[in-house]
Amino acid sequence: MPTFVYMTRCDGCGHCVDICPSDIMHIDPTYRRAYNIEPNMCWECYSCVKACPQHAIDVRGYADFAPLGHSVRVDRDERKGTIAWKIKFRDGTEKNFLSPITTKPWGTAIPKLADVPGPSSEMRESQLLYNEPKYIRLDEGGLRTLEDAGLKLKKGVYY
Amino acid sequence: MPSVNPFAVAGASLPVDFLQVFLVVMVLAVVAGTLFDIVHKGSARYFFANMRKAKDKGRPLGGGELVSIAVQTAVVDVLASGEFCNHKRRVAHLLGMYGFVLYVVATAVMVFRYPTTATPPAIWPLLWWIGALMVLVGGYWFWFFIRVDVAAEGHSPFSLVKADLFVLSLLASVTLGVVWAAAGGGVGLLFWLYIIATIVLFGGVPWSKFAHMFFKPAAAFEKRVSRADGTAENLPTQTRDDPEQRKRHSMELMRDAPMDMGLGIKREAPRHY
Repeated sequence: MPTFVYMTRCDGCGHCVDICPSDIMHIDPTYRRAYNIEPNMCWECYSCVKACPQHAIDVRGYADFAPLGHSVRVDRDERKGTIAWKIKFRDGTEKNFLSPITTKPWGTAIPKLADVPGPSSEMRESQLLYNEPKYIRLDEGGLRTLEDAGLKLKKGVYY
Repeated sequence: MPSVNPFAVAGASLPVDFLQVFLVVMVLAVVAGTLFDIVHKGSARYFFANMRKAKDKGRPLGGGELVSIAVQTAVVDVLASGEFCNHKRRVAHLLGMYGFVLYVVATAVMVFRYPTTATPPAIWPLLWWIGALMVLVGGYWFWFFIRVDVAAEGHSPFSLVKADLFVLSLLASVTLGVVWAAAGGGVGLLFWLYIIATIVLFGGVPWSKFAHMFFKPAAAFEKRVSRADGTAENLPTQTRDDPEQRKRHSMELMRDAPMDMGLGIKREAPRHY
């Protein structure tokens, strides 16, 4: 379900070019408006759809998967910190959602890594990465292991 | 120099009414080019089809509401270039737009009202110069630093494509006009280059984005109408401003959050190519 651009709404601001993780949103050399240069490489992350200040980008559902008549539209309001979705089904059912993007003002919850003391030699020798195991499990217990879960390493199984 | 009518100086060496006829032909070229553009691209048909489609779906709007929307469109979207989110682009556009209006009006007044007066009331040559310099500042700023393929794609500002026809012909015409007027305003090579660049600017309407000044206000009006009648171009309309929405389970974590969270990704210009 690749993205496409309504050329009449796009004002060529470049936000989609900037944000696309696949680097497939670019500026059309003829009309100087955004376009998806490689639709089959689009993984529908909706980043460009949300970032577009003119709501000029939409996602086209493949006809066999999402037949005519549906629509999925999104409005990301970063000043309010919310993201709103409007889903229309083919039978006319409409669903609306409103969720937070962030619960704290932008830029206030950035970890101050420069203030963190450097790792000790013991921490350097350890297999754990920064803030592990704290960041990988919410309780204060030890590192989660296969043994904890009652499992054993088995040949031919990907864990 | 800013008190001299360069068109009167040139007119003395040109056939009678040459400049007046030239201006009328340029106006006709814009009208014809815009009409051709509308028919060729089907923009008017698309616009009215969209309006009809939205009319069937949305809440009917009264005459007063439509007038109010038209005034908002004129003041915010047209006079203040409100569509632009990037403030640099907005300032450059305002400089170019108002500069172009001053430049064209002052040119028309000097050509039609003072065709043989080398020193007309000082306000007109002064407005012509101010307008031209505004176009040049806004235009070159846009061309070298702001336009999207330079700012967002990292292309060289010297790579030219067809989409540049409008801004380049405008800059060429006004730059040559300023140089020609600064050189005394006679009929020489500079004058004819100025005329050629002006013909490209006004004669190239079907191939350039010159006609945007006519269809952009219509698109802005349509956008405002769709917001007012509830269709909102099919976009979600729920916001935190509505107390009912703040009670939603999904919004629980935002109970104590400020209503204005500041800017997120839009804090920085999109130039991380």
